[in-house]
Amino acid sequence: MSSFWSAWIIVLTLGTLVVLIWLLRWNMKNYTHIEEGQEMDHEFDGIVEINNPLPKWWTYLFWACFVWGFLYLALYPGLGNFQGLLGWKSSNQDVQSLEESRQAMEQAKEQGLIVEYDRAVRDAEEKYGPIFEAFAEQSIPELAKNEDALDVGQRLYLQNCAQCHGSNAMGGPGFPNLTDDAWLYGGAPEDIKHTLLNGRQGNMPAFGEQFSDKEITELANYVASLSGRGVDPKLAEAGKQNYAVCAACHGQDGKGNQQLGAPNLTDNVWLYGGSINKIEETLHYGRNGVMPAWKDILGEDKIHVVSAYIYSLSND
Amino acid sequence: MSQTIPQQPIEYNMKVVRQFTVMTIIWGIIGMALGVLIAAQLVWPELNFNTPWLTYSRLRPLHTNAVIFAFGTSALFATSYYVVQKTCRTPLFSNKLASFTFWGWQAVIVSAVITLPLGLTSTKEYAELEWPIDILIAVTWIAYAIVFFGTLAIRKTSHIYVANWFYGGFIVVIAMLHIVNSMAVPVSFTKSYSMYSGAVDAMIQWWYGHNAVGFLLTAGFLGMMYYFVPKQAERPVYSYRLSVVHFWALISLYIWAGPHHLHYTALPDWTQSLGMVMSVILFVPSWGGMINGIMTLSGAWHKLRTDPILRFLIVSLSFYGMSTFEGPMMAIKSVNALSHYTDWTVGHVHSGALGWVAMITIGSMYYLVPRLFNQKELHSIKLVNMHFWLHTIGVVFYIVSMWISGVMQGLMWRATNADGTLTYSFVESVQASYPFWAGRFVGGVFIVVGMLLMAYNCYKTIQAGRRETAAGNIVQTA
Repeated sequence: MSSFWSAWIIVLTLGTLVVLIWLLRWNMKNYTHIEEGQEMDHEFDGIVEINNPLPKWWTYLFWACFVWGFLYLALYPGLGNFQGLLGWKSSNQDVQSLEESRQAMEQAKEQGLIVEYDRAVRDAEEKYGPIFEAFAEQSIPELAKNEDALDVGQRLYLQNCAQCHGSNAMGGPGFPNLTDDAWLYGGAPEDIKHTLLNGRQGNMPAFGEQFSDKEITELANYVASLSGRGVDPKLAEAGKQNYAVCAACHGQDGKGNQQLGAPNLTDNVWLYGGSINKIEETLHYGRNGVMPAWKDILGEDKIHVVSAYIYSLSND
Repeated sequence: MSQTIPQQPIEYNMKVVRQFTVMTIIWGIIGMALGVLIAAQLVWPELNFNTPWLTYSRLRPLHTNAVIFAFGTSALFATSYYVVQKTCRTPLFSNKLASFTFWGWQAVIVSAVITLPLGLTSTKEYAELEWPIDILIAVTWIAYAIVFFGTLAIRKTSHIYVANWFYGGFIVVIAMLHIVNSMAVPVSFTKSYSMYSGAVDAMIQWWYGHNAVGFLLTAGFLGMMYYFVPKQAERPVYSYRLSVVHFWALISLYIWAGPHHLHYTALPDWTQSLGMVMSVILFVPSWGGMINGIMTLSGAWHKLRTDPILRFLIVSLSFYGMSTFEGPMMAIKSVNALSHYTDWTVGHVHSGALGWVAMITIGSMYYLVPRLFNQKELHSIKLVNMHFWLHTIGVVFYIVSMWISGVMQGLMWRATNADGTLTYSFVESVQASYPFWAGRFVGGVFIVVGMLLMAYNCYKTIQAGRRETAAGNIVQTA
């Protein structure tokens, strides 16, 4: 903030408080020509006002609030650019990246500023870090048998993952079920952890331009037939010839490819729905699925515990 | 005290007062019934009938707009027009403009009733209406200011009564808040984008939002209080000098208080602290108003036993005192860390809205209706008494439910396990809130039933007035 605006704020703030103090002092004296306790010499539709003094206790309350207000503004930021005598800050509000945040933390330390957010993060790391470090020394399959770790993992899951995957982890349209054996990117412990750490970008291209509506219907019937769903055999047969395009990712046998995150089309597990209509929609418009990366939000040690919880869901 | 009796009775414009009075009661029932419906939807979500325009998201802004701008503001129009004429001993400055404000304001409300359920919204809380309606509000409000201040200018009294200071302050500041906050870039007839962005937009919005509370729902209604409490109690106002201090302190402190809605957000630290300091000091002048109102009753306390109208007025002041203690407390950052985003905020707003605003309005309307419609008294004082108890019980039910659920939510959200993870997921706090949401719904039903009694009582009073006027029997009212 420029020094002009800083001065503007300081003058307005202190000016307001000073004028209010004057107002209070002025009205504590009887400046009217009417004796205290008597009626004022004006009347409005039968209403008169008494010239009673301000209640004493109320004026004390006012003074106490003024004193507290000035004290607070001296100790904490409030008066424009003045940072307050305590050097307190809620957070490094100007940062725009993790890198800048780290720099700001260092800078605050050097300047002796108390940044409340940084302190809270540091305290939490000191207090809870060792718990998660201990868990991190065990492998994911080991942790998946450790009741304590699973409790912690479930709580982290409910706070961070349940919004999309559901509190029972059964997922929903567009959000994978985590309790079955169908894994888009692999269900091995390290695959799960990799997914959580770095996130995933699922991309099914749109074929609405390349294929006519009729061809898409045929293709949809063929795809549905791969998992043994009841389809029109004629349409399915006709769709087979265009399946070569799909095979590039989903494989000639339709068993998918976990390297690419291409779903298995033969297991009758459908992320976006398995009706002919839904498959047509997928083929026509494509699909984009995003699993966010949690590395910077939860940190690797916590993700290790969440991975164990998720691993345990389909590996009892 | 000197009393000049005018030679000829003054031709006051009571028509516009009558119009706004009747609409206050009608909009009150509609707005509060909508509140009960959305309270019920929180307990039984299927009550939205799978219809987009009956969903909570669209009816909630309609409820707030209906109670604040239809019910509350119609009451302010009615009483300010009545009080300014009576205390200035002069008719309104312009009957045509006054009539324009009535029809203009009703048009604003009807537009809100149509556009909000359609999902047309600027998304700014308490300022959801889209830009064409905003322009109509601004024009109507300026006309209101001309009528009000014009009447003050032609007054026949030497001084301006304190009620009119509050009404005047409220009219000027609401014009400023509305125009500044509603500045937007229209992209079509029904859609616009705020002229401000980011933290600035949030700050402007809550500068508006909190002062809609401070000036519309507080200063305006203090104006009402300063006329109807001494009138109904037939007692002089307690302290002239207290009214001077608390008026100026109230209006100069309120305008700073908005940032307390944005504690622990991207708003700069200095803005948050400043908002908090001014909010806490504001507690004292707020209580100044309560003291002046309640102490006006000194020497006439016994009237509370027999006069339910006075009871409405005085209990409203107790609720005012309670919420203006609670508000500054919730503005303290460490308290706000617990209360923010919980039902506690909702409870606080309603102890102000149902306890203070609605009760002072209901009391004033009960005072006005017989006087406006040529009657000596209301059809039934018994019904007023019943209304008083229904309303009071309803408000207490509502506030207590929200206190418990609010504090519970705040505690659940911050509870952590030994490993640092949160003890409860969000949905668990929702589940735990159900019984209290049901309690709130019950409180709301009490309040709406009371309002229906009021409508019946006033209807019977108005009807009796019409009959007697037709028979040529003119009752002289004060």
